[in-house]
Amino acid sequence: MKILVCISHVPDTTSKINFTEGDTKFDKNGVQFVINPNDEFGLTRAMWFKEKQGASVDVVNVGEADTEPTLRKALAIGADNAIRVNTPAKDGFQVAKELAKVAQDGGYDLVIAGRESIDYNGGMVPGMLAKLLKANFVNTCVSLEVEGDKATAIREIDGGKETLTTSLPLVIGGQKGLVEESDLKIPNMRGIMMARKKPLNVVDPVGAEEKTSADKFEKPAPKGDVKLIDKDNLDELINLLHNEAKAI
Amino acid sequence: MSVLVYIESENGKFKKASYEAASYAKGVADQLGSSVTAVTINAENNEVLGTYGVSKVLQVNNDQLSKFNADAYADVIAQAAKNEDAKVVVLGQTANDKYVAPIIAINLEAGYASNVVALPESTSPFTVKRNAFTNKAFNFTTISSDIKIVGVAKNAYGVKENETSAAVEDFSPSLDASDFSVNVESVDKATDKVTIADAEIVVSGGRGLKGPENWDMIENLAETLGAATACSKPVSDMGWRPHSEHVGQTGKPVAANLYIAVGISGAIQHLAGINASKIKVVINNDPEAPFFKAADYGIVGDAFEVVPQLNEKLKEFKANNA
Repeated sequence: MKILVCISHVPDTTSKINFTEGDTKFDKNGVQFVINPNDEFGLTRAMWFKEKQGASVDVVNVGEADTEPTLRKALAIGADNAIRVNTPAKDGFQVAKELAKVAQDGGYDLVIAGRESIDYNGGMVPGMLAKLLKANFVNTCVSLEVEGDKATAIREIDGGKETLTTSLPLVIGGQKGLVEESDLKIPNMRGIMMARKKPLNVVDPVGAEEKTSADKFEKPAPKGDVKLIDKDNLDELINLLHNEAKAI
Repeated sequence: MSVLVYIESENGKFKKASYEAASYAKGVADQLGSSVTAVTINAENNEVLGTYGVSKVLQVNNDQLSKFNADAYADVIAQAAKNEDAKVVVLGQTANDKYVAPIIAINLEAGYASNVVALPESTSPFTVKRNAFTNKAFNFTTISSDIKIVGVAKNAYGVKENETSAAVEDFSPSLDASDFSVNVESVDKATDKVTIADAEIVVSGGRGLKGPENWDMIENLAETLGAATACSKPVSDMGWRPHSEHVGQTGKPVAANLYIAVGISGAIQHLAGINASKIKVVINNDPEAPFFKAADYGIVGDAFEVVPQLNEKLKEFKANNA
Protein backbone atom coordinates (compact mmCIF):
# COMPACT_ATOMS: atom_id res chain seq x y z
CA MET A 1 0.00 0.00 0.00
CA LYS A 2 1.28 3.45 -0.94
CA ILE A 3 0.32 6.13 1.58
CA LEU A 4 0.58 9.89 1.21
CA VAL A 5 0.29 12.01 4.35
CA CYS A 6 -0.49 15.69 3.86
CA ILE A 7 1.38 17.86 6.32
CA SER A 8 0.31 21.36 7.26
CA HIS A 9 2.94 23.66 8.74
CA VAL A 10 1.21 25.53 11.57
CA PRO A 11 2.00 27.63 14.65
CA ASP A 12 2.49 25.57 17.80
CA THR A 13 -0.71 25.29 19.89
CA THR A 14 0.77 27.49 22.65
CA SER A 15 1.57 30.35 20.23
CA LYS A 16 0.31 33.83 20.87
CA ILE A 17 -1.48 34.90 17.72
CA ASN A 18 -0.60 38.35 16.36
CA PHE A 19 -0.93 40.09 13.02
CA THR A 20 1.18 42.53 11.11
CA GLU A 21 1.04 44.81 8.04
CA GLY A 22 -2.21 46.45 9.12
CA ASP A 23 -3.70 43.16 10.36
CA THR A 24 -3.43 41.59 6.91
CA LYS A 25 -0.69 39.02 7.64
CA PHE A 26 -0.04 36.50 10.38
CA ASP A 27 2.98 37.61 12.41
CA LYS A 28 5.49 34.72 12.30
CA ASN A 29 7.90 36.57 14.56
CA GLY A 30 8.92 34.35 17.48
CA VAL A 31 6.43 31.65 16.51
CA GLN A 32 7.45 28.00 16.60
CA PHE A 33 6.00 26.00 13.69
CA VAL A 34 5.01 22.36 14.04
CA ILE A 35 3.27 19.55 12.18
CA ASN A 36 -0.46 20.26 12.38
CA PRO A 37 -1.69 18.10 15.32
CA ASN A 38 -4.48 16.46 13.29
CA ASP A 39 -1.89 15.50 10.64
CA GLU A 40 0.48 14.14 13.29
CA PHE A 41 -2.12 11.58 14.42
CA GLY A 42 -2.49 10.56 10.76
CA LEU A 43 1.26 10.32 10.25
CA THR A 44 1.63 8.04 13.26
CA ARG A 45 -1.18 5.81 11.98
CA ALA A 46 0.64 5.69 8.62
CA MET A 47 3.78 4.51 10.46
CA TRP A 48 1.69 1.71 11.95
CA PHE A 49 0.67 0.60 8.44
CA LYS A 50 4.33 0.77 7.43
CA GLU A 51 5.50 -1.38 10.33
CA LYS A 52 2.66 -3.91 10.36
CA GLN A 53 1.58 -4.09 6.73
CA GLY A 54 4.68 -3.03 4.81
CA ALA A 55 3.20 0.22 3.49
CA SER A 56 5.37 2.98 2.06
CA VAL A 57 4.77 6.46 3.43
CA ASP A 58 5.44 9.76 1.67
CA VAL A 59 4.67 13.18 3.12
CA VAL A 60 3.73 16.31 1.22
CA ASN A 61 3.35 19.99 1.96
CA VAL A 62 2.25 22.88 -0.21
CA GLY A 63 4.42 25.79 0.83
CA GLU A 64 7.62 27.72 0.48
CA ALA A 65 11.09 26.69 1.67
CA ASP A 66 10.40 27.77 5.27
CA THR A 67 8.14 24.71 5.71
CA GLU A 68 11.01 22.26 5.09
CA PRO A 69 11.98 21.80 8.77
CA THR A 70 8.43 20.57 9.37
CA LEU A 71 8.77 18.06 6.52
CA ARG A 72 12.18 16.97 7.88
CA LYS A 73 10.50 16.30 11.21
CA ALA A 74 7.98 14.05 9.44
CA LEU A 75 10.91 12.21 7.81
CA ALA A 76 12.57 11.88 11.23
CA ILE A 77 9.35 10.31 12.55
CA GLY A 78 9.74 7.70 9.81
CA ALA A 79 8.29 8.81 6.46
CA ASP A 80 10.26 7.55 3.44
CA ASN A 81 10.16 10.54 1.11
CA ALA A 82 9.02 14.14 1.34
CA ILE A 83 7.56 16.29 -1.40
CA ARG A 84 7.20 20.05 -1.24
CA VAL A 85 5.04 21.79 -3.81
CA ASN A 86 6.88 25.05 -4.22
CA THR A 87 4.15 27.66 -3.87
CA PRO A 88 2.59 29.51 -0.95
CA ALA A 89 -0.62 27.92 0.39
CA LYS A 90 -3.40 30.39 -0.38
CA ASP A 91 -6.70 28.64 0.28
CA GLY A 92 -8.20 25.18 0.62
CA PHE A 93 -9.18 24.98 -3.03
CA GLN A 94 -5.73 25.83 -4.35
CA VAL A 95 -3.99 23.51 -1.86
CA ALA A 96 -6.37 20.64 -2.69
CA LYS A 97 -5.69 21.05 -6.43
CA GLU A 98 -1.92 21.10 -5.91
CA LEU A 99 -2.12 18.03 -3.66
CA ALA A 100 -4.33 16.24 -6.20
CA LYS A 101 -1.56 16.49 -8.80
CA VAL A 102 0.99 14.99 -6.40
CA ALA A 103 -1.42 12.23 -5.37
CA GLN A 104 -2.24 11.37 -8.99
CA ASP A 105 1.39 11.31 -10.08
CA GLY A 106 2.34 9.09 -7.15
CA GLY A 107 -0.57 6.65 -7.55
CA TYR A 108 -1.29 6.50 -3.83
CA ASP A 109 -3.86 4.06 -2.41
CA LEU A 110 -4.48 5.99 0.79
CA VAL A 111 -4.16 9.72 1.41
CA ILE A 112 -4.27 10.88 5.02
CA ALA A 113 -4.85 14.54 5.85
CA GLY A 114 -5.88 16.18 9.11
CA ARG A 115 -9.57 17.07 9.43
CA GLU A 116 -8.50 20.73 9.64
CA SER A 117 -5.38 22.79 10.25
CA ILE A 118 -5.24 24.64 13.54
CA ASP A 119 -4.36 27.96 11.87
CA TYR A 120 -7.08 28.70 9.31
CA ASN A 121 -9.46 25.92 10.47
CA GLY A 122 -10.87 25.67 6.96
CA GLY A 123 -11.63 21.95 7.22
CA MET A 124 -11.95 21.60 3.47
CA VAL A 125 -8.76 20.17 1.98
CA PRO A 126 -9.43 16.45 2.68
CA GLY A 127 -12.93 16.46 1.17
CA MET A 128 -11.95 18.56 -1.83
CA LEU A 129 -8.90 16.41 -2.48
CA ALA A 130 -10.97 13.21 -2.33
CA LYS A 131 -13.46 14.50 -4.87
CA LEU A 132 -10.75 15.82 -7.20
CA LEU A 133 -9.20 12.33 -7.11
CA LYS A 134 -12.61 10.63 -7.40
CA ALA A 135 -11.55 8.67 -4.34
CA ASN A 136 -13.70 7.61 -1.38
CA PHE A 137 -13.70 9.95 1.58
CA VAL A 138 -14.19 9.63 5.34
CA ASN A 139 -14.02 12.77 7.47
CA THR A 140 -13.32 13.15 11.22
CA CYS A 141 -11.84 9.67 11.07
CA VAL A 142 -10.84 8.22 14.47
CA SER A 143 -9.99 4.66 13.47
CA LEU A 144 -8.84 3.06 10.22
CA GLU A 145 -8.14 -0.54 9.24
CA VAL A 146 -7.22 -1.65 5.72
CA GLU A 147 -7.31 -5.24 4.40
CA GLY A 148 -6.49 -5.64 0.71
CA ASP A 149 -8.50 -2.91 -0.97
CA LYS A 150 -11.22 -2.87 1.72
CA ALA A 151 -11.21 -0.27 4.46
CA THR A 152 -13.16 -0.01 7.71
CA ALA A 153 -13.23 3.39 9.32
CA ILE A 154 -14.84 4.90 12.39
CA ARG A 155 -15.99 8.47 12.10
CA GLU A 156 -16.84 10.84 14.92
CA ILE A 157 -20.36 12.24 14.60
CA ASP A 158 -22.08 14.74 16.88
CA GLY A 159 -22.68 12.77 20.06
CA GLY A 160 -21.29 9.45 18.94
CA LYS A 161 -19.52 7.36 16.35
CA GLU A 162 -20.32 5.71 13.07
CA THR A 163 -18.62 2.67 11.54
CA LEU A 164 -18.17 2.85 7.78
CA THR A 165 -16.94 0.42 5.15
CA THR A 166 -15.44 1.48 1.86
CA SER A 167 -12.60 0.67 -0.50
CA LEU A 168 -9.32 2.12 -1.73
CA PRO A 169 -8.37 4.56 -3.10
CA LEU A 170 -9.40 6.45 0.00
CA VAL A 171 -8.82 9.89 1.48
CA ILE A 172 -9.40 10.48 5.18
CA GLY A 173 -9.68 13.64 7.26
CA GLY A 174 -7.99 12.35 10.41
CA GLN A 175 -7.79 13.49 14.00
CA LYS A 176 -6.96 12.38 17.53
CA GLY A 177 -8.15 8.81 18.01
CA LEU A 178 -6.43 7.44 14.89
CA VAL A 179 -3.73 6.75 17.44
CA GLU A 180 -3.55 7.60 21.12
CA GLU A 181 -1.77 10.78 22.15
CA SER A 182 0.72 8.66 24.11
CA ASP A 183 1.58 6.74 20.92
CA LEU A 184 2.58 9.82 18.94
CA LYS A 185 6.10 9.32 17.71
CA ILE A 186 8.78 11.71 18.84
CA PRO A 187 11.79 11.74 16.51
CA ASN A 188 14.87 10.15 18.12
CA MET A 189 18.48 11.05 17.28
CA ARG A 190 18.81 8.20 14.78
CA GLY A 191 15.62 9.29 13.04
CA ILE A 192 16.83 12.88 12.86
CA MET A 193 20.20 11.79 11.40
CA MET A 194 18.51 9.52 8.84
CA ALA A 195 16.03 12.26 7.89
CA ARG A 196 18.90 14.44 6.69
CA LYS A 197 19.70 11.87 3.99
CA LYS A 198 16.14 11.10 2.93
CA PRO A 199 14.86 12.65 -0.30
CA LEU A 200 12.97 15.92 -0.07
CA ASN A 201 11.78 16.63 -3.60
CA VAL A 202 10.73 20.11 -4.51
CA VAL A 203 8.17 20.08 -7.32
CA ASP A 204 6.70 22.91 -9.35
CA PRO A 205 3.08 23.84 -8.72
CA VAL A 206 0.40 23.32 -11.36
CA GLY A 207 -0.56 26.92 -10.66
CA ALA A 208 -4.03 26.23 -9.26
CA GLU A 209 -6.00 29.36 -8.45
CA GLU A 210 -7.63 30.14 -5.15
CA LYS A 211 -11.32 30.91 -4.77
CA THR A 212 -11.10 32.64 -1.41
CA SER A 213 -8.66 35.10 0.09
CA ALA A 214 -7.99 35.82 3.75
CA ASP A 215 -7.83 39.60 3.56
CA LYS A 216 -7.78 40.80 7.11
CA PHE A 217 -7.59 39.59 10.68
CA GLU A 218 -9.00 40.81 13.95
CA LYS A 219 -8.36 39.73 17.50
CA PRO A 220 -11.34 39.19 19.83
CA ALA A 221 -12.17 42.18 21.99
CA PRO A 222 -10.33 42.05 25.32
CA LYS A 223 -12.37 40.39 27.98
CA GLY A 224 -13.76 42.34 30.93
CA ASP A 225 -12.59 41.34 34.38
CA VAL A 226 -14.00 38.19 35.90
CA LYS A 227 -16.66 38.74 38.55
CA LEU A 228 -15.57 36.82 41.59
CA ILE A 229 -18.31 35.39 43.77
CA ASP A 230 -17.73 34.21 47.30
CA LYS A 231 -17.93 30.45 47.63
CA ASP A 232 -20.35 30.87 50.52
CA ASN A 233 -22.69 32.99 48.44
CA LEU A 234 -23.70 30.67 45.62
CA ASP A 235 -27.17 32.23 45.46
CA GLU A 236 -25.45 35.28 44.04
CA LEU A 237 -23.96 33.21 41.22
CA ILE A 238 -27.36 31.77 40.37
CA ASN A 239 -28.86 35.24 40.49
CA LEU A 240 -26.20 36.61 38.11
CA LEU A 241 -26.50 33.69 35.71
CA HIS A 242 -30.26 34.09 35.64
CA ASN A 243 -30.75 37.87 35.66
CA GLU A 244 -27.53 39.31 34.26
CA ALA A 245 -26.18 36.65 31.89
CA LYS A 246 -29.62 35.14 31.14
CA ALA A 247 -27.84 31.82 30.75
CA ILE A 248 -30.13 29.76 33.00
CA MET B 1 -31.31 33.45 -8.30
CA SER B 2 -31.94 32.55 -4.70
CA VAL B 3 -30.02 31.66 -1.58
CA LEU B 4 -30.10 27.92 -0.99
CA VAL B 5 -29.86 26.56 2.53
CA TYR B 6 -29.41 22.91 3.44
CA ILE B 7 -31.47 22.14 6.51
CA GLU B 8 -30.25 19.10 8.38
CA SER B 9 -32.70 16.88 10.21
CA GLU B 10 -32.28 13.88 12.46
CA ASN B 11 -34.94 11.16 12.36
CA GLY B 12 -37.07 13.62 10.42
CA LYS B 13 -36.80 16.39 13.04
CA PHE B 14 -35.05 19.73 12.69
CA LYS B 15 -32.66 21.02 15.34
CA LYS B 16 -31.80 24.48 16.62
CA ALA B 17 -28.73 24.62 14.36
CA SER B 18 -31.05 24.02 11.39
CA TYR B 19 -33.14 27.08 12.25
CA GLU B 20 -29.97 29.08 12.74
CA ALA B 21 -28.80 28.22 9.21
CA ALA B 22 -32.25 29.18 7.84
CA SER B 23 -32.18 32.50 9.74
CA TYR B 24 -28.72 33.28 8.38
CA ALA B 25 -29.77 32.44 4.82
CA LYS B 26 -32.68 34.88 5.17
CA GLY B 27 -30.26 37.58 6.33
CA VAL B 28 -28.07 37.03 3.25
CA ALA B 29 -31.10 36.93 0.94
CA ASP B 30 -32.27 40.29 2.33
CA GLN B 31 -28.85 41.78 1.60
CA LEU B 32 -29.02 40.46 -1.97
CA GLY B 33 -32.69 41.35 -2.53
CA SER B 34 -33.37 37.67 -3.06
CA SER B 35 -35.30 34.87 -1.36
CA VAL B 36 -34.46 31.65 0.48
CA THR B 37 -34.99 28.14 -0.81
CA ALA B 38 -34.32 25.29 1.60
CA VAL B 39 -33.50 21.71 0.71
CA THR B 40 -34.36 18.98 3.22
CA ILE B 41 -33.84 15.22 3.16
CA ASN B 42 -36.47 12.91 4.64
CA ALA B 43 -37.66 15.66 7.00
CA GLU B 44 -41.14 16.08 8.46
CA ASN B 45 -43.03 19.28 8.97
CA ASN B 46 -41.18 21.31 6.32
CA GLU B 47 -43.70 24.18 6.50
CA VAL B 48 -42.21 25.26 9.83
CA LEU B 49 -39.15 26.61 7.99
CA GLY B 50 -41.34 29.54 6.87
CA THR B 51 -41.07 30.84 10.44
CA TYR B 52 -37.38 31.56 9.79
CA GLY B 53 -37.77 33.27 6.44
CA VAL B 54 -37.71 30.33 4.02
CA SER B 55 -40.10 30.92 1.10
CA LYS B 56 -39.65 27.63 -0.73
CA VAL B 57 -38.71 24.14 0.43
CA LEU B 58 -37.39 21.43 -1.88
CA GLN B 59 -38.23 18.28 0.04
CA VAL B 60 -36.43 15.10 -0.87
CA ASN B 61 -37.99 11.84 0.29
CA ASN B 62 -35.87 8.89 -0.68
CA ASP B 63 -35.26 5.63 1.19
CA GLN B 64 -31.74 5.41 -0.23
CA LEU B 65 -30.98 8.51 1.85
CA SER B 66 -32.38 7.22 5.14
CA LYS B 67 -28.82 7.02 6.51
CA PHE B 68 -26.51 9.98 6.14
CA ASN B 69 -24.15 9.54 3.22
CA ALA B 70 -21.81 12.45 2.46
CA ASP B 71 -21.42 11.89 -1.30
CA ALA B 72 -25.12 11.36 -1.90
CA TYR B 73 -26.21 14.24 0.34
CA ALA B 74 -23.66 16.55 -1.30
CA ASP B 75 -24.98 15.49 -4.70
CA VAL B 76 -28.56 16.31 -3.64
CA ILE B 77 -27.56 19.75 -2.34
CA ALA B 78 -25.49 20.56 -5.44
CA GLN B 79 -28.36 19.55 -7.72
CA ALA B 80 -30.77 21.70 -5.70
CA ALA B 81 -28.36 24.64 -6.02
CA LYS B 82 -28.25 24.20 -9.80
CA ASN B 83 -32.02 23.79 -9.96
CA GLU B 84 -32.48 27.11 -8.15
CA ASP B 85 -29.57 28.84 -9.88
CA ALA B 86 -28.38 29.64 -6.36
CA LYS B 87 -25.38 31.93 -6.02
CA VAL B 88 -25.02 31.41 -2.27
CA VAL B 89 -25.31 28.03 -0.53
CA VAL B 90 -25.61 28.09 3.27
CA LEU B 91 -25.02 25.18 5.64
CA GLY B 92 -24.55 24.82 9.39
CA GLN B 93 -21.38 23.36 10.88
CA THR B 94 -22.45 20.06 12.38
CA ALA B 95 -20.16 17.07 11.80
CA ASN B 96 -22.28 16.14 8.77
CA ASP B 97 -22.33 19.69 7.38
CA LYS B 98 -18.54 19.85 7.63
CA TYR B 99 -18.34 16.51 5.83
CA VAL B 100 -20.53 17.49 2.86
CA ALA B 101 -19.52 21.14 2.32
CA PRO B 102 -16.10 20.55 0.66
CA ILE B 103 -17.66 17.93 -1.62
CA ILE B 104 -20.32 20.42 -2.72
CA ALA B 105 -17.56 22.97 -3.28
CA ILE B 106 -15.92 20.67 -5.83
CA ASN B 107 -19.26 19.76 -7.43
CA LEU B 108 -20.12 23.43 -7.93
CA GLU B 109 -16.56 24.79 -8.43
CA ALA B 110 -17.38 27.09 -5.54
CA GLY B 111 -15.28 28.78 -2.89
CA TYR B 112 -16.19 27.79 0.67
CA ALA B 113 -15.81 29.72 3.91
CA SER B 114 -16.32 27.69 7.09
CA ASN B 115 -16.99 28.78 10.71
CA VAL B 116 -18.65 32.02 9.62
CA VAL B 117 -19.90 34.10 12.55
CA ALA B 118 -21.78 37.03 10.99
CA LEU B 119 -23.65 38.18 7.90
CA PRO B 120 -21.39 39.25 5.01
CA GLU B 121 -19.57 42.54 5.59
CA SER B 122 -20.29 43.20 1.94
CA THR B 123 -21.85 41.08 -0.80
CA SER B 124 -19.79 42.55 -3.67
CA PRO B 125 -17.05 41.57 -3.04
CA PHE B 126 -18.54 38.78 -0.91
CA THR B 127 -16.65 39.07 2.39
CA VAL B 128 -17.48 37.14 5.56
CA LYS B 129 -16.08 37.14 9.08
CA ARG B 130 -15.03 33.72 10.37
CA ASN B 131 -13.28 32.13 13.31
CA ALA B 132 -9.65 31.23 12.70
CA PHE B 133 -6.65 30.14 14.78
CA THR B 134 -9.05 28.04 16.85
CA ASN B 135 -11.01 31.05 18.09
CA LYS B 136 -7.89 33.04 18.94
CA ALA B 137 -8.70 35.43 16.06
CA PHE B 138 -11.23 36.33 13.39
CA ASN B 139 -10.45 36.34 9.71
CA PHE B 140 -12.25 38.26 6.95
CA THR B 141 -12.45 36.03 3.90
CA THR B 142 -13.53 37.11 0.44
CA ILE B 143 -15.05 34.43 -1.78
CA SER B 144 -14.39 35.24 -5.43
CA SER B 145 -16.07 32.34 -7.25
CA ASP B 146 -19.45 32.70 -8.96
CA ILE B 147 -21.15 30.44 -6.40
CA LYS B 148 -20.29 30.93 -2.73
CA ILE B 149 -20.63 28.36 0.05
CA VAL B 150 -20.97 29.58 3.63
CA GLY B 151 -20.78 27.36 6.73
CA VAL B 152 -22.42 29.16 9.65
CA ALA B 153 -20.79 28.55 13.04
CA LYS B 154 -23.05 27.32 15.80
CA ASN B 155 -24.52 29.83 18.24
CA ALA B 156 -22.99 32.86 16.49
CA TYR B 157 -25.75 34.39 14.36
CA GLY B 158 -28.62 32.98 16.40
CA VAL B 159 -32.15 31.95 15.49
CA LYS B 160 -34.23 34.81 14.10
CA GLU B 161 -37.92 34.52 13.30
CA ASN B 162 -39.12 36.06 10.07
CA GLU B 163 -42.63 34.82 9.32
CA THR B 164 -42.89 33.79 5.68
CA SER B 165 -45.13 31.29 4.02
CA ALA B 166 -43.07 28.37 2.75
CA ALA B 167 -44.19 26.60 -0.42
CA VAL B 168 -43.17 22.95 -0.16
CA GLU B 169 -42.29 21.11 -3.38
CA ASP B 170 -41.06 17.59 -4.01
CA PHE B 171 -37.55 17.39 -5.41
CA SER B 172 -36.18 14.20 -6.96
CA PRO B 173 -32.45 14.37 -7.54
CA SER B 174 -30.78 11.75 -9.69
CA LEU B 175 -28.38 9.59 -7.74
CA ASP B 176 -26.04 6.94 -9.05
CA ALA B 177 -23.96 4.10 -7.64
CA SER B 178 -20.89 6.30 -7.17
CA ASP B 179 -22.84 8.20 -4.50
CA PHE B 180 -22.91 5.08 -2.34
CA SER B 181 -19.32 3.85 -2.20
CA VAL B 182 -18.91 4.66 1.51
CA ASN B 183 -21.48 2.83 3.60
CA VAL B 184 -22.59 3.16 7.19
CA GLU B 185 -22.46 -0.21 8.93
CA SER B 186 -23.48 0.91 12.42
CA VAL B 187 -24.09 4.01 14.49
CA ASP B 188 -23.16 4.22 18.14
CA LYS B 189 -24.88 7.21 19.66
CA ALA B 190 -26.27 7.66 23.14
CA THR B 191 -29.83 8.84 22.65
CA ASP B 192 -30.52 9.71 26.28
CA LYS B 193 -27.65 12.20 26.70
CA VAL B 194 -27.27 15.79 25.56
CA THR B 195 -24.37 16.01 23.11
CA ILE B 196 -21.65 18.65 23.35
CA ALA B 197 -22.58 19.76 19.82
CA ASP B 198 -26.24 20.37 20.66
CA ALA B 199 -25.92 21.50 24.27
CA GLU B 200 -26.90 24.98 25.46
CA ILE B 201 -24.94 24.36 28.65
CA VAL B 202 -21.75 22.32 29.10
CA VAL B 203 -20.29 21.26 32.47
CA SER B 204 -16.64 20.35 32.16
CA GLY B 205 -14.19 18.78 34.61
CA GLY B 206 -10.41 18.86 34.82
CA ARG B 207 -7.53 17.34 36.72
CA GLY B 208 -8.64 19.19 39.85
CA LEU B 209 -11.27 16.49 40.32
CA LYS B 210 -8.46 14.06 41.22
CA GLY B 211 -9.92 10.91 39.65
CA PRO B 212 -12.70 9.39 37.54
CA GLU B 213 -14.52 8.24 40.67
CA ASN B 214 -15.33 11.88 41.46
CA TRP B 215 -17.27 12.56 38.26
CA ASP B 216 -20.69 11.95 39.84
CA MET B 217 -20.88 15.55 40.96
CA ILE B 218 -20.17 16.78 37.42
CA GLU B 219 -22.84 14.48 36.02
CA ASN B 220 -25.32 15.49 38.71
CA LEU B 221 -24.76 19.18 38.03
CA ALA B 222 -25.12 18.55 34.29
CA GLU B 223 -28.35 16.65 34.85
CA THR B 224 -29.82 19.47 36.91
CA LEU B 225 -28.97 21.96 34.16
CA GLY B 226 -29.87 19.71 31.22
CA ALA B 227 -26.24 20.09 30.20
CA ALA B 228 -23.68 17.97 28.35
CA THR B 229 -20.55 16.81 30.19
CA ALA B 230 -17.06 17.48 28.91
CA CYS B 231 -13.48 17.30 30.14
CA SER B 232 -10.01 18.75 29.65
CA LYS B 233 -7.25 17.09 27.62
CA PRO B 234 -5.24 15.61 30.53
CA VAL B 235 -8.39 13.97 31.83
CA SER B 236 -9.06 12.19 28.54
CA ASP B 237 -5.35 11.38 28.07
CA MET B 238 -5.30 9.66 31.47
CA GLY B 239 -8.39 7.72 30.49
CA TRP B 240 -10.59 9.13 33.26
CA ARG B 241 -13.16 10.12 30.66
CA PRO B 242 -13.70 9.09 27.01
CA HIS B 243 -11.98 11.02 24.18
CA SER B 244 -15.38 12.07 22.92
CA GLU B 245 -15.66 14.36 25.95
CA HIS B 246 -12.32 16.11 25.38
CA VAL B 247 -12.89 19.75 24.50
CA GLY B 248 -10.15 22.14 23.40
CA GLN B 249 -7.91 22.85 20.47
CA THR B 250 -7.30 19.22 19.52
CA GLY B 251 -10.60 18.00 20.90
CA LYS B 252 -14.11 19.21 20.28
CA PRO B 253 -14.94 22.89 20.00
CA VAL B 254 -17.62 24.20 22.35
CA ALA B 255 -19.95 27.04 21.42
CA ALA B 256 -22.48 26.81 24.25
CA ASN B 257 -24.47 29.56 25.93
CA LEU B 258 -22.95 28.62 29.28
CA TYR B 259 -19.70 26.76 29.94
CA ILE B 260 -18.92 25.75 33.51
CA ALA B 261 -15.31 24.68 34.12
CA VAL B 262 -14.60 22.77 37.31
CA GLY B 263 -11.01 22.15 38.35
CA ILE B 264 -9.65 23.19 34.95
CA SER B 265 -6.65 25.52 35.09
CA GLY B 266 -7.27 26.99 31.61
CA ALA B 267 -4.33 26.16 29.35
CA ILE B 268 -4.28 28.28 26.19
CA GLN B 269 -5.28 25.26 24.07
CA HIS B 270 -8.29 24.58 26.29
CA LEU B 271 -9.42 28.20 26.28
CA ALA B 272 -9.13 28.35 22.48
CA GLY B 273 -11.49 25.41 22.12
CA ILE B 274 -14.20 26.78 24.40
CA ASN B 275 -13.83 30.46 23.61
CA ALA B 276 -16.86 30.60 21.33
CA SER B 277 -19.09 29.94 24.36
CA LYS B 278 -21.02 32.99 25.49
CA ILE B 279 -20.78 32.86 29.30
CA LYS B 280 -17.94 31.11 31.11
CA VAL B 281 -17.92 30.18 34.79
CA VAL B 282 -14.83 28.83 36.50
CA ILE B 283 -14.66 26.99 39.81
CA ASN B 284 -11.10 26.43 40.97
CA ASN B 285 -9.25 26.49 44.30
CA ASP B 286 -6.23 28.22 42.76
CA PRO B 287 -6.93 31.95 42.35
CA GLU B 288 -3.90 32.14 40.02
CA ALA B 289 -5.43 29.69 37.50
CA PRO B 290 -5.35 31.30 34.02
CA PHE B 291 -9.02 30.43 33.53
CA PHE B 292 -10.00 33.31 35.83
CA LYS B 293 -8.70 35.74 33.19
CA ALA B 294 -10.94 34.20 30.53
CA ALA B 295 -14.10 33.71 32.58
CA ASP B 296 -17.13 35.92 33.20
CA TYR B 297 -17.81 34.57 36.68
CA GLY B 298 -15.42 32.85 39.03
CA ILE B 299 -15.51 31.09 42.34
CA VAL B 300 -12.31 30.47 44.22
CA GLY B 301 -13.00 27.38 46.27
CA ASP B 302 -12.80 23.65 46.65
CA ALA B 303 -14.81 21.98 43.88
CA PHE B 304 -15.70 19.12 46.23
CA GLU B 305 -17.57 21.59 48.46
CA VAL B 306 -18.79 24.12 45.90
CA VAL B 307 -20.19 21.83 43.18
CA PRO B 308 -22.56 19.73 45.35
CA GLN B 309 -23.83 22.90 47.08
CA LEU B 310 -24.31 24.64 43.76
CA ASN B 311 -26.20 21.64 42.47
CA GLU B 312 -28.60 21.69 45.46
CA LYS B 313 -29.20 25.40 45.06
CA LEU B 314 -29.78 25.05 41.33
CA LYS B 315 -32.29 22.28 41.94
CA GLU B 316 -34.18 24.65 44.24
CA PHE B 317 -33.92 27.42 41.66
CA LYS B 318 -35.20 25.11 38.92
CA ALA B 319 -38.09 23.97 41.11
CA ASN B 320 -39.08 27.58 41.83
CA ASN B 321 -38.73 28.72 38.24
CA ALA B 322 -40.27 25.72 36.50
